Amino acid sequence: MPKSAPTQQLIDGLLEGDRLALARAISRVEDDAAEAARIVRGVFAQTGRAHLIGVTGSPGTGKSTLVSALAERYRAQELTVGVLAVDPTSPFSGGALLGDRVRMTGHSGDAGVFIRSMATRRGTGGLARASADAMLLLDAGGFDRVIVETVGAGQAEIEIASVADTVVVVEAPGLGDEVQAIKAGLLEIADIFAVNKADRKGAGRTVAALEMMLETGGAAAQAVLHHGQRMEMEAAASETDAEEGWPIPVLETVAVSGGGVDQLRDALERHWAWLEGSGARSAREGRRLGHMLQTLVQAEVLARMERTLLPGLRSDLVEGMMRRQIDPYSAAAEMVKKLSG
Amino acid sequence: MRDDQIRVLIAKPGLDGHDRGAKVIARALRDAGFEVIYTGIRQTPQMIAAAALQEDVDVVGLSILSGAHMTLCPKVVELLHAQGQEDVLVLLGGIIPDEDAAELKAAGVHAVFGPGTSSSEIIAFIRAAMAGG
Ligand code: B12
Ligand SMILES: Nc1nc2c(ncn2[C@@H]2O[C@H](COP(=O)(O)OP(=O)(O)OP(=O)(O)O)[C@@H](O)[C@H]2O)c(=O)[nH]1
Ligand SMILES: [Mg+2]
Repeated sequence: MPKSAPTQQLIDGLLEGDRLALARAISRVEDDAAEAARIVRGVFAQTGRAHLIGVTGSPGTGKSTLVSALAERYRAQELTVGVLAVDPTSPFSGGALLGDRVRMTGHSGDAGVFIRSMATRRGTGGLARASADAMLLLDAGGFDRVIVETVGAGQAEIEIASVADTVVVVEAPGLGDEVQAIKAGLLEIADIFAVNKADRKGAGRTVAALEMMLETGGAAAQAVLHHGQRMEMEAAASETDAEEGWPIPVLETVAVSGGGVDQLRDALERHWAWLEGSGARSAREGRRLGHMLQTLVQAEVLARMERTLLPGLRSDLVEGMMRRQIDPYSAAAEMVKKLSG
Repeated sequence: MRDDQIRVLIAKPGLDGHDRGAKVIARALRDAGFEVIYTGIRQTPQMIAAAALQEDVDVVGLSILSGAHMTLCPKVVELLHAQGQEDVLVLLGGIIPDEDAAELKAAGVHAVFGPGTSSSEIIAFIRAAMAGG
């Protein structure tokens, strides 16, 4: 199949389980917004089956190793696994060194595991813009579990919560002060905690610190994290209210040897069943699709603005702002008015 | 909006641990704006072909200093072709005698770069090949 294969051939191929067609479709979706629209339109009806799992956490905590071990445990139950491993694009060169695969060897003879590396390009929040589309393609390609590894995350990289059914936050002992190491934003989005590298000393303390934070609840945890500097996270808090009934487990894992990975898989399966049983799955799916819609509308509006209004109106308005004749809010309102008119 | 990002797989087949050259090239290509997938050492031709397919790369770069290139390279090329990736550019670097390089080129390796090759030469070669040259 040549690189230039027609779009419909890629769509048909990936729906029939042709892995090269899937791989090429993911590249098209990354490279070209118009192609992304065509391909997603062609497969969307076949999506919604896979359990979408996000794996995030600080750099070097063992996310890739853990994803690989988890894929192996899913395979033991004959579930197929698609993996999307996201690494950052260099802001200087626009290039990227995608190294997650180094920790994901051992699946190459197995057609039930598909691993794809993805650079963030212009994406923010720890994912690429094309990540959500690529997840749809993996879902449509028939994988039972789709696992996304985000870039090594800090507290701002919480986009994963908007695209996954279940979020696993990976921590590791020895990242300095245990309590400080647990990033506020990540704490709010976790459905499951994995304290990896449990073969190292200090794992018990990390587990205890996490459990304490979970017991004292979101707001109190913020106070602990920020030494009394209270941070309001209202959206996240109300979300937890709506999803009461899932006790967030804190598990110890040793990804390099597979220790605790069965328990992690079981916790994921339990969460998947809980999502279904409690109605939280459709609530999350609604949120996810709403988020996708909003992202696409924003992109389209921006693109239209660039196409039709630039450079004329924009530079006029900027000039007006520089002369203090118009303020930024009124200028923005002006542009939006032009768009809808 | 369109990107035409060039994706490159850098792989080090064979049982030895000479990975310096592969890492130097991977970083140089990243700095030149390519997306580089690095697979690590001790890759079999099957692992390399599987990665090339899933990653849908434009270029497969092999680094071999162990002397095993005459068995490893043709195998990788054969697997790539068999899985429908005839259009992938295959490059080889490392310690490769001239007469072997000639034979490998006949077997489908597009170019061979020995010790001391500058990164800019390799980057220019890839850009020219991707532009259809
Ligand atoms: C450094 C080195 C080592 C280091 C490796 C460190 C590491 N992590 O890489 C150590 C000390 C571990 C080592 C060990 C051994 N080594 Co040694 N080693 C070398 C040495 C001196 C330099 C290699 C190097 O790193 N060069 C620097 C890099 C940047 O250059 P490069 O790899 O050639 O890459 C350039 C190009 O080739 C090209 N390139 C390379 N890869 C790629 C890929 C692509 C896609 C592209 C486009 C270009 C490209 O671009 C690069 C930049 O110009 C070479 C001798 C030599 N002159 O090459 C021997 C050499 C490779 N080693 C050799 C041997 C025999 C061994 C040992 C078996 C020795 C022993 N008996 O114990 C062990 C093997 C251990 C093991 N299990 O792997 C032999 C191999 C003989 C052969 N081919 O038949 C060599 C050739 C020495 C010799 N003349 O005998 N070695
Ligand atoms: N001791 C120990 N080391 C581990 C464990 N899991 C992973 N590692 C090691 O930790 C290092 C980082 O592992 P990765 O899987 O690459 O971590 P990551 O979180 O994916 O890293 P980034 O993607 O760079 O953020 C590697 O050297 C692993 O071998 C573990 O359970 N115990
Ligand atoms: Mg990783």
